[in-house]
Formats: sequence, C-alpha cells, structure tokens
Amino acid sequence: MIALLRKQRYFIDYTLGTMMRHKGKSLGLLSVYTLIIFMLASVMLFSHAMRSEAVALLANSPEIVVQRIQAGRSVMVPADYLQRIGKLRGVTEKRGRLWGYYYDPAVKANYTVMASEQDQLSITDIVIGEGIARTRGLSIGDYLTLRSHQGKAFSFRVLRLLESDSELISSDLLLMNPQGYRQLFGLDESLYTDLVLSVRNPREIQKIAEKLTRLLPDSRPILRSEILRTYESLFSWRQGVMLILLLGSVLAFVIFAWDKASGLSAEERKEIGILKAVGWETGEVMRMKFWEGVIISLMAFLIGYLAAYLHVFYTSAGLFEPVLKGWSVLYPRFQLTPSVDGLQLATLFFFTVLPYTLATIVPVWRTSITDPDLVMR
Amino acid sequence: MLIELTDVRKAFNQGKPNEFWAIQGITTQFEVNRISCLKGASGSGKTTLMSMIGCLSRPTSGRIRLQDRTISSLPERFLTQIRRHTFGFIFQRFNLIPGLSVVENIMLPAYPLGLKASRLRGRAERLLEQFLLADKASNPVEWLSGGEAQRVAICRALINDPQILIADEPTANLDSRLSREFMALLDQLSKAGKTVLISSHDPVVFDSPCVDRVVELEDGLMVAGER
Repeated sequence: MIALLRKQRYFIDYTLGTMMRHKGKSLGLLSVYTLIIFMLASVMLFSHAMRSEAVALLANSPEIVVQRIQAGRSVMVPADYLQRIGKLRGVTEKRGRLWGYYYDPAVKANYTVMASEQDQLSITDIVIGEGIARTRGLSIGDYLTLRSHQGKAFSFRVLRLLESDSELISSDLLLMNPQGYRQLFGLDESLYTDLVLSVRNPREIQKIAEKLTRLLPDSRPILRSEILRTYESLFSWRQGVMLILLLGSVLAFVIFAWDKASGLSAEERKEIGILKAVGWETGEVMRMKFWEGVIISLMAFLIGYLAAYLHVFYTSAGLFEPVLKGWSVLYPRFQLTPSVDGLQLATLFFFTVLPYTLATIVPVWRTSITDPDLVMR
Repeated sequence: MLIELTDVRKAFNQGKPNEFWAIQGITTQFEVNRISCLKGASGSGKTTLMSMIGCLSRPTSGRIRLQDRTISSLPERFLTQIRRHTFGFIFQRFNLIPGLSVVENIMLPAYPLGLKASRLRGRAERLLEQFLLADKASNPVEWLSGGEAQRVAICRALINDPQILIADEPTANLDSRLSREFMALLDQLSKAGKTVLISSHDPVVFDSPCVDRVVELEDGLMVAGER
C-alpha cells in the first residue's frame, strides 16, 4: 500500500516536472482554460443569484395581485373593488396597495416607492433601502427631497434603513406614509395601485383567480407562481444570450484543447516511448498524463470559479452587467447575495474538467500501446 | 544459453505497397556473462533485432526465448515487466529526458517500483559515484558532454540492476577516446556478471578485445558469427 502511494507521488512529481519543463505551454493553456471557466461560471452564478433573489423577493409576497385593465393598459384600481370582491372562501386577507416608481434625476436611478401602514410612519418620515442611502449619501436623520407631480418639493426625514436577506428587495425601496404617497403623486383617496389577496391553500389559488375574473371583468389577477416563472424565463433568456455570445470563445477553446490533447508532439511521443522502454507500463504512462490533465483542468476550474464568484458577488458582475441586468441598470447599485447551486457547479465541472481530462488520455493511450521502438524512431 | 532466436523475421508496413522486411529469418543464441556485438552497415537490421530481443517490439514471425521462456508472444504487460527487471537500455542518442536533472533521469526506470525515496536516491548516487558523475547529479542533462550523457544513460540502464544490457550504436556520438572508455566500462560490467548485447558498425567496438562474439548482419540476414 505504501509502495503504491509512493508510486503515485513519483508520478505526480514527474508530472509537475513535465509541466514546469513546458512552462509556456502549460501556462498558456491554463490561462485560456481559466478564462473560459471564469466567463461561463460568471454567467451561471449571476443568473442563479438573480433567480434566488427573485425567489426571496417573492417569498413573502401575496399569492394574488389584482390589477385593473383599461384599453389594454394597467390603471388605478377604485377602492370599492375591495367591497365588490366581497368574502371569497380561502382568502385570508385582502387590501389595496399604493406603489410606483420615482425617477431621481440627481443620480439617474429609479426608486420603488411604497406606502406602508405597518411601519407607523408619520407623513414626513421615510424608510429607505441601502442602495438609496449609498447612492444619495444618506443616513438616519438626514432629509431627502423629492418633487411632487406638480413640481413642489417635499422633504422627508430618514427614519431608518431597511434590512433584508436580499439587497435586490430593499436596495431601491422607499417606504412612506400612505397619505404622503398620495400627496407626492397626486393620487385620490379612492384609488389604489393594485389589490393583493392572501390565500392559505395553494391549490385554491387558481380557482379564486377565476372567481375574481368573473366578479371584476376589467381586472387581471396575477399569480405569484406566474411572476416567478416570468423571472425564471427572463434570466434564463439573458443567460442564453450571454452563453451564445460566449459560444465563439468556448468553441475556440475546445478546438485549442482538442488540438493540444489529441495531437501529441513528436517530443511528447518520444518521451512516452522512452518511459515505456525503461519499464513504465501503459497504465503508468496514462496515469502520469491523467494527473497532468487533472492538475491543469482542476486548477483552471478552481481559479476560474473563484474569480467568477468574486466578480459576481463582490464587483456586481461588472463585465456582464449590461447584458444580464438589462433595464435594471436604472436601479441604484446593489450587491447580489452570494449563493451557489450545487447542480450548476457539478454541471460546469462535468462539462469542462472531465472532457479535457479524457481528451488528454486518449492520444496517450494510443501512443503507449504502440511498440516503444516504433514510437522512438 | 540465455537468449535463443528461432527463424525471427520482422516486417514493417506489412500488407502495404511499402512493405519492408528488416529481418529475414535469423536463428542464433546469445550466452550469459558475455559481450556480444551485432555488426553491420546502416539498414542491416541491427537495431530492429536488438529491439525485438529487448521486448521493445515483436517479431512478425519466429520465436524469441529468454531463459527458456518464450517472450515473443507475451502480452504487453508481461513484456513491460521483463523490460523493467531484465533489460537495461543504452540508446544511440542516449534518449535522456531534457529538462530533468541527471539524477532524475537515472531514477526514472525505478519510479514504478515505488521504492522509498531515500533508498532510490542512494542507489542513484552510488551509480553516479561509480561512473564519476557525482558532481553533476543536479545538473540538467542538456549541460552534459557526449561522454557524460553516455555515462548517465548507462547509470539509468543499471538503476534496476538488470541482467542484460542492450546498447544500440552506443559510440555513434562519441569520439574514439570516449568510445574506448565506454568499452572498458562494458568490460567491467560484464566481469561483474552482466550480459551485454551491442549493435555497432564502429571498429572500436567490434574489434575491441573485450567483445566475446561478433555477429554480422546484412540486409536482415546473418552473414557471419553463426554458432
């Protein structure tokens, strides 16, 4: 057993020595390989993180949102719609919501403004997300001035900062008193942005949505599961676009790696012949080359993945931001919550490390089963 | 008797338009503790015959027996074991691996044995001392002169203490002084109990007094040295 371990150590030592002897080639391959892993992993990590954020964002949201549709567009919902809905079996809570966007020209960003009754805010108090605080340089007790629909300036005092598991939820969020909201946007007391319904039993949601459509023909019930699906397909689509953009470089790498792996140089063939002539078995030569493949691909995978992790979660995926975030660049900057999907990690590993290692082994096997005399000639 | 060849033939590119028979039926024997030399011009089949005896390739037909065991039909993994434990090779161009140090090149055949590092190193260092290379141990092999590289190749051939040494055109890249020194080294090894097979067309080798038997080849056939 000890002799077997020693043998492996000799093979690994020899492999490392071989790689050092071909420093330029090994480093070149490692760099290109790492770059490819970095790009693929960045796209995957970013998309996964965005999906996770979406799930976190919607975790506590109501099961059904009711919008009013007029001439195909979403419009304000009259408050009496709550009475028209009446008492529906399975609905535990129903209320009107006030929310919208406020474009702040000073920082060229959109804030999501919501009226909150739970926070007991006075008409001049607001609660803001970390993103707004960071962008505007605000802290508790500071004042934020917003212009109303008539151009009149309203000053709000920052009562506290929002904390959340997901910065995407809270980053651009601005909570205020409902009356303050109505004054700022010039909204009548009898109107809401939309209505929300909480349903205890998920199996009843579809049925309730159908009843709502019958009760309020000009309404559109939106289910939480539909919003989640939209997020999923949106980020899958963006990921797909990005992967297609990367396809060229991935293909170039595959050709490069295949060429490197499948076409042994005359020097490498001769080396294999010498090793066989001095008494190395076919399996031992293959093991040595296997270690070479493993070392290069594993190093590239680890470095590339780690770099992608830092890129996505600590520099907000600066390289791919415009493609992956799209219109959301209008939001204040936010940091994604680090999250790694095991299956995604395994998939990336399976499609990068294994093919390369196998591609390295095949030509070595072909050479090492040939008579050493022929290989060395 | 140690090595016995019976009607050994070897073809390259068999069945193709460029088919070529390098060995056309050789039957002979090589005895233990002797230095035997295969003599002949380039293309006479010396290297091909040596590589078949050393299990580096297989005959197309005929039989090779080593110590009463037929080796010409053995599977590759058995041939590897025989190469590892029975033969030591000294090649014409030395075939040292560039980039590795002298001592690393010498230890290479012993890696698959999984010996303790200190024991393996000790074995290599003893050989380096014996062949006056101790001060070159950590030098890359590219820095060596022809004679030094030749001695490193001998050390590498001896690291697993083989019974038979096979030297293919060993003096082709040496001057006459170094060639004579090389023959003296082979003589020492033969006296120490090794069987030596050399192929050469160099008179310094086949006319050397230490050579016990000269076999002459021409166009893949044995023309002299029959016994």
